[in-house]
Amino acid sequence: MDDSNKILDQVTTGEYKYGFSTDVETEYFPKGVNEDIVKAISAKKNEPEWMLEFRLKAFRYWQTLEMPQWAHLKMPEIDFQDIIYYAAPKKKGGLKSLDEVDPELLATFAKLGIPLHEQKIFSGIAVDAVIDSVSIKTTFKESLAEKGIIFCSFSEAVEHHPDLIKKYMGSVVPYKDNFYAALNSAVFSDGSFVYIPKGVRCPMELSTYFRINAINTGQFERTLIVADDDSYVSYLEGCTAPMRDENQLHAAIVEIVAMDRAEVKYSTVQNWYPGNKQGKGGVYNFVTKRGICKGESSKISWTQVETGSAITWKYPSCILKGDNSVGEFYSVAVTNNHQQADTGTKMIHIGKNTKSRIVSKGISAGLSHNSYRGLVRVMKGAEGARNHSQCDSLLLGDRCGAHTFPYMDIHNETAVVEHEATTSKISEDQVFYCNQRGISPEDAVGLIVNGYAKEVLNKLPMEFAVEAQKLLQISLEGSVG
Amino acid sequence: MKNLLTIKNLHASINGKEILKGIDLEVNKGEIHAIMGPNGSGKSTLASVLVGHPAFEVMQGEVLYKGKDLLELSAEERSWEGLFLSFQYPVEIPGVSMVNFMRTAINEQRKYKGLEPVSATDFLKLMREKRAIVELDSKLANRAVNEGFSGGEKKRNEIFQMAMLEPSLAILDETDSGLDIDALRIVAKGVNALRTSENACLVITHYQRLLDYIKPDKVHVLHNGKIVKSGGAELAHELEEKGYDWLK
Repeated sequence: MDDSNKILDQVTTGEYKYGFSTDVETEYFPKGVNEDIVKAISAKKNEPEWMLEFRLKAFRYWQTLEMPQWAHLKMPEIDFQDIIYYAAPKKKGGLKSLDEVDPELLATFAKLGIPLHEQKIFSGIAVDAVIDSVSIKTTFKESLAEKGIIFCSFSEAVEHHPDLIKKYMGSVVPYKDNFYAALNSAVFSDGSFVYIPKGVRCPMELSTYFRINAINTGQFERTLIVADDDSYVSYLEGCTAPMRDENQLHAAIVEIVAMDRAEVKYSTVQNWYPGNKQGKGGVYNFVTKRGICKGESSKISWTQVETGSAITWKYPSCILKGDNSVGEFYSVAVTNNHQQADTGTKMIHIGKNTKSRIVSKGISAGLSHNSYRGLVRVMKGAEGARNHSQCDSLLLGDRCGAHTFPYMDIHNETAVVEHEATTSKISEDQVFYCNQRGISPEDAVGLIVNGYAKEVLNKLPMEFAVEAQKLLQISLEGSVG
Repeated sequence: MKNLLTIKNLHASINGKEILKGIDLEVNKGEIHAIMGPNGSGKSTLASVLVGHPAFEVMQGEVLYKGKDLLELSAEERSWEGLFLSFQYPVEIPGVSMVNFMRTAINEQRKYKGLEPVSATDFLKLMREKRAIVELDSKLANRAVNEGFSGGEKKRNEIFQMAMLEPSLAILDETDSGLDIDALRIVAKGVNALRTSENACLVITHYQRLLDYIKPDKVHVLHNGKIVKSGGAELAHELEEKGYDWLK
């Protein structure tokens, strides 16, 4: 090992600080998935017949599919019958106030820095807290309702807003979309629903915080955001999980619909447990996220900071259907130790003068592999479509890998599509230069990595940006060399 | 205590090749020492070893700095203790602004001394003040560390950082190389302005030129990993006339 790797190695041996688990009485379904389990989940949630039918159709379709293998990932065999599909902290059902929430759970979220006491919250963020298969609390629901904004758990939405759910669920990510989307559509247990009415600018950040707690349990949540004409919303998603030796499965769906001139900003800080240094344990994160700019001049912007998970497979995408609509994707993906990530985006230009912008920053350390996979498709009718993609990779040490798979599929000759890619390394000389000025190797790597990812971090809402900066540094602890 | 640095019988190697073969040197507060010598004599190695570059291995000898065993300290601890190197080839760090870089450096040093982080206002004021010493453009200070700087700008940026960190012992490693006469004058002016009776400077140079502007108290000639001759400022002139061959 040369000197530069020695330093990298010393710096990236940090511990995952969200790895605790909560001891709370939990109700489990038996392991495995079949039609009875699907029916039982639906029954547990008192779902209407149409919802159950949707689930069963999805389940039957899923059974005809095989796990996709096209990603640049060393994919283990996953035994889908060895997973628990529903786990929920007991004493659920129609919580009237926070006092009815299990104090253990409140303590869990407090420990994670997620405030559920509205009066204690420093302004501006409403939270839906999801633990394992259920949402335990949504804050600020009432004050948002005054503006006509709906922000609630998915289960509540099925019950109280069936028309909206029927209209939009599966309209962006149909259950036939892919293997994990089909599975999710069959067994999803909860998630968040957001509706912003015409002309309303959502006055606070909305956020969902996902936590896997129960052992051997998959988390399958669904988020649906509908922004009506001339509305605006910024939505944040955060996730953590306890450290467990077994791998945990997370297969989510996020759908966004933006109508005329609506704007949706969706930010993710993904920090699922990445597994230990030897690559044991960790969350398999297989997520389908897609938004449609349905109306003219609408805009959907994805920003993600991906530091966790043993395997990440996710491509937040935009369908730019409305004329003059805009899609954006800003991503920082960090992999360390044995982590693998295959992530990127798809921008589908359908409407005239649609624009998309992709900024992807991959950071690899340890023995990890980090791939960018992106598709820019310009359909025949998309006159004047424009795309700019920039994919940068930063390597720490010489045992990790960075890969870029950009695909372009252009059917309109007026389109302007640009792609830039760079690969760089943190050199020993850069780290030493910092050391000589009194900056430790850990801080030096943090400084350099944050500088490199700045363009994306700047897109995050303020409170998140600071967290994300720290997270980047922690994720790379022990990797300087 | 007058003594700042004592080097005794220092041997050091890189990739198994011995470069320093027994260096002895003593530097007192308030002094400027020039280390001269032909290419490959070990001048830059001496600088790298003193600031703790990990590529070099100390095989023998000891270095006392402010009465402490310098070789026991990490590179950043040496920096906090007031050791500064003006690099011969300052590295570029894209994406990291000079402001952010310098503030981190200053605050790490303050933390070591048990002081609170510097306030944004005070910091910017300090930047402005110190920038003026080396006539560094405010635009450069807002750019990424050394990124896109010309050779001369990089060297001025080194002296600017020296001014910010106020070291007790500054080592200038061929700071004059690649500088035109105007830049050389600015750099030298900066170094002289920072001189006090409490700090010291080790000026490593190949040519006598820089020493016209920074007057050394002592001059040492390094050859083949050893100091082969020491003297006063006049030694530099002698070397300029006769070259190094007569010392080999």
